[in-house]
Amino acid sequence: MSDAAPILEMKHVSKRYGGIAALNEVDFVAYPGEIHAVLGENGAGKSTLIKIAAGVTDPSDGEVFVDGRRVNFRNPTEAMAAGVVCVFQELSLLPDLTVADNLSIVSPPLRGGLIDSAGQRQRARELLASIGCEDVHPLELVRDLPLSRRQMVEIAKALGKKPKLLILDEATSALTAADVERVYAIIRKLRSEGVGILYVSHRMHEIEALADVATVFRNGRRIETFRKGERSVSAIVQMMIGRELTHHYPDKPAPKPAEPVALSAKNLSWGAQLRDISLDIRKGEIVGLGGLDGQGQRSLLLALFGVLKGVSGTVEIVGKPHRLSGPRSAMRASLPLALIPEDRKTEGLMLPMNIRDNISLASLSRFQKGLRLDGGKEHSAVERIIDSLKIKISDLAAAVSTLSGGNQQKVVLAKWLMTDPGIILLNDPTRGIDVGTKQEVYQLLRDLADKGVAVLFYSTDYAELIGCCDRVLVMYNGSIARELEGQHLNERTIIETALNVDDKEQAA
Amino acid sequence: MNDLRHRIHHNGGLLAAIGLFIVMFIIYVSNHPVGLTAAVATTASNKAVLLALVAMAQTLPVLTRGLDLSVGMVFILANCLASVLVVGTIGEGFLGIAIVLGAGALAGFINGAIIVWGRLQPIITTLATGAVYYGIALYVRPGPGGDVQSDIADFATGQLFGVIPTALVVLLAIVLIVWLPYRNSVLGRAAYAVGSNEQAAYMSGVPVQRAKLLAYTLAGFLAAIGGLMLTFNTYSGEASAPIAGTYTLNSIAAVVIGGTSLFGGWGSAIGSIFGAFVLRTIEDLLFVFDLDPLWQPLFQGVVLLAAVSLGALRVLRIRNRLELFA
Repeated sequence: MSDAAPILEMKHVSKRYGGIAALNEVDFVAYPGEIHAVLGENGAGKSTLIKIAAGVTDPSDGEVFVDGRRVNFRNPTEAMAAGVVCVFQELSLLPDLTVADNLSIVSPPLRGGLIDSAGQRQRARELLASIGCEDVHPLELVRDLPLSRRQMVEIAKALGKKPKLLILDEATSALTAADVERVYAIIRKLRSEGVGILYVSHRMHEIEALADVATVFRNGRRIETFRKGERSVSAIVQMMIGRELTHHYPDKPAPKPAEPVALSAKNLSWGAQLRDISLDIRKGEIVGLGGLDGQGQRSLLLALFGVLKGVSGTVEIVGKPHRLSGPRSAMRASLPLALIPEDRKTEGLMLPMNIRDNISLASLSRFQKGLRLDGGKEHSAVERIIDSLKIKISDLAAAVSTLSGGNQQKVVLAKWLMTDPGIILLNDPTRGIDVGTKQEVYQLLRDLADKGVAVLFYSTDYAELIGCCDRVLVMYNGSIARELEGQHLNERTIIETALNVDDKEQAA
Repeated sequence: MNDLRHRIHHNGGLLAAIGLFIVMFIIYVSNHPVGLTAAVATTASNKAVLLALVAMAQTLPVLTRGLDLSVGMVFILANCLASVLVVGTIGEGFLGIAIVLGAGALAGFINGAIIVWGRLQPIITTLATGAVYYGIALYVRPGPGGDVQSDIADFATGQLFGVIPTALVVLLAIVLIVWLPYRNSVLGRAAYAVGSNEQAAYMSGVPVQRAKLLAYTLAGFLAAIGGLMLTFNTYSGEASAPIAGTYTLNSIAAVVIGGTSLFGGWGSAIGSIFGAFVLRTIEDLLFVFDLDPLWQPLFQGVVLLAAVSLGALRVLRIRNRLELFA
């Protein structure tokens, strides 16, 4: 290990919520000038570890040292004062404030006791430039920025606090490929300046690219800490899930060209975001949507679900014209549509409502008996689907916000599967969920397809598209750049098409 | 140039409120039998400044995504206290003013303390404390009356240099001395942050609790200034429940007309001032057009609806139905 004194040291730290231990007697050490990857499934204890380090929660037991001093942070402000800065997965930006306000939210430059807005703008310009985000104007409101820019602003904000220990929690999940490279460069620069970095990610290739040291957590315990190159990827995955992985992805069946077309879109256009998109999805087929983030994939799914206004072009469902007038009519189509949204917390779930109500929400009409709901029928239907999706819950009446990320995502899936959809649209459903749940989702999609459901699956993870989909449509700048199938469906072609690098060849 | 574009974008609601007020005020003045004399302006100002101050007070809790249903009651409490305390010599009068303002700030602080430390919801907290404050007002002044220090009162409701209504100068001074520094202070910024996204604010190390405490305390302080100005207009105090209630509700209307979001994090007290002016000018318009004053509530309601609809015009441009609910 490194000669330097640890920047963060935890001794026998435990955290219990109710009777359940989220962290159990954990010893953990991170050194300055090292990038330390923190790995584990959701619910393994990573988030709790980070929250304790960043002062969001306090440990039930054990001791925490920062820079050799025993600390007991009561809130994030105290942690920041000690040099521990966290970029959270859930963005901590303030949407109604300007970028400049956000970057200096805690200790703005002052003049005469008041905020020096010119100095603050200057500071924002410098910080944005330092991460290559000159395209963001300091006076822009954060709510007007796309998600990928917000995440960069979030990183700039953390850098502005001059951290000694920087914690990145899934901080690159929404970034474009170019931005990810910039963030990597920044992280490496910080490392050379002696900053300690804790890096949480579910993307194995990111960890391979960045980490010097990695620690794997499982079930609230630290399993192993090892240096780069000491363990193979499959060994790491093995440690994380603690069970043998035979197949990453379910087998693909032979192509089924004879199946009828479930959904057919012709010449869909919507402003600058969708340009002349035509696609067919057959029953029983899983069609992937790929490409860089923000090339119109989300808009395409929303358009098909009827959420966007003023979409031109036509959509047919099993040969019959379908009018795009909103989710309710999409759900009543001859093959009902379902959309698994991108952000489960805002578009997928009613967080304070209980698990049963969330799952039955989209299909309440079938439980109607006269003027009231048939509670017994609802309850048993919900229990059946929870069983079939293996959702881990303690109580149907518990708020859905008490579940882990992976189980929350399963609740969203359960809600839509309950409507018996014939066409399922998925918007990056595996983002931020653990490996085990991901595999269950892949298997679920394949099972649905085998039953004749048509699936349109947008993912930011190329490996997932290759492993899961029968065909992949790669989008670029609002249109479908290329359709990949069979042997052409590999990482290289997806990346090439996504970056539009073979443009000239096609034109020639 | 780019900066300017952003600034206009940020202040759209405020600019709309100012525009609406100017249009209404021009209609009013051009139809007034006498025209815009110092006396006409002073009368209009004295009335408008009262609601403007209470609306400014309301703005602060609203920015933190709260609401203060007690502003009208603090306004009346200050009025009743002033009618007892702002008496005697000018020196004694100023001492009384200081006590009244302190009492207003204390009332606001109590609201904030219950909301922050008791973790109760602002609406129900201020509904309850408002009733308490009204009860105290009633105890202080069971029947209308009082004899306010008339030199101070005459000055505050008169004109400076014979032309400028003093009440407007007072309002301007409060904007310059209280609002603008607050807007640019760390805790003022924190108030916007809390209203915008309280969790993110907390995670960013924003002093959430102090921001709320200050917002409610300042709200009580500003409402008390309003109560003082009321006292200077009437030379007396009256614990009137209808006036307290009307001012509370009109303050919310003025805040909305002024472009402040009831969802917090967005808006300004200057917008609320113009929102208040718009509401008062409706009354004056009814007067110059010789309409029955009984129509006033109806027209105020129509203007409020129109203002809210104007703010909702963006809905027509929205092409992603999800944003309707954002």
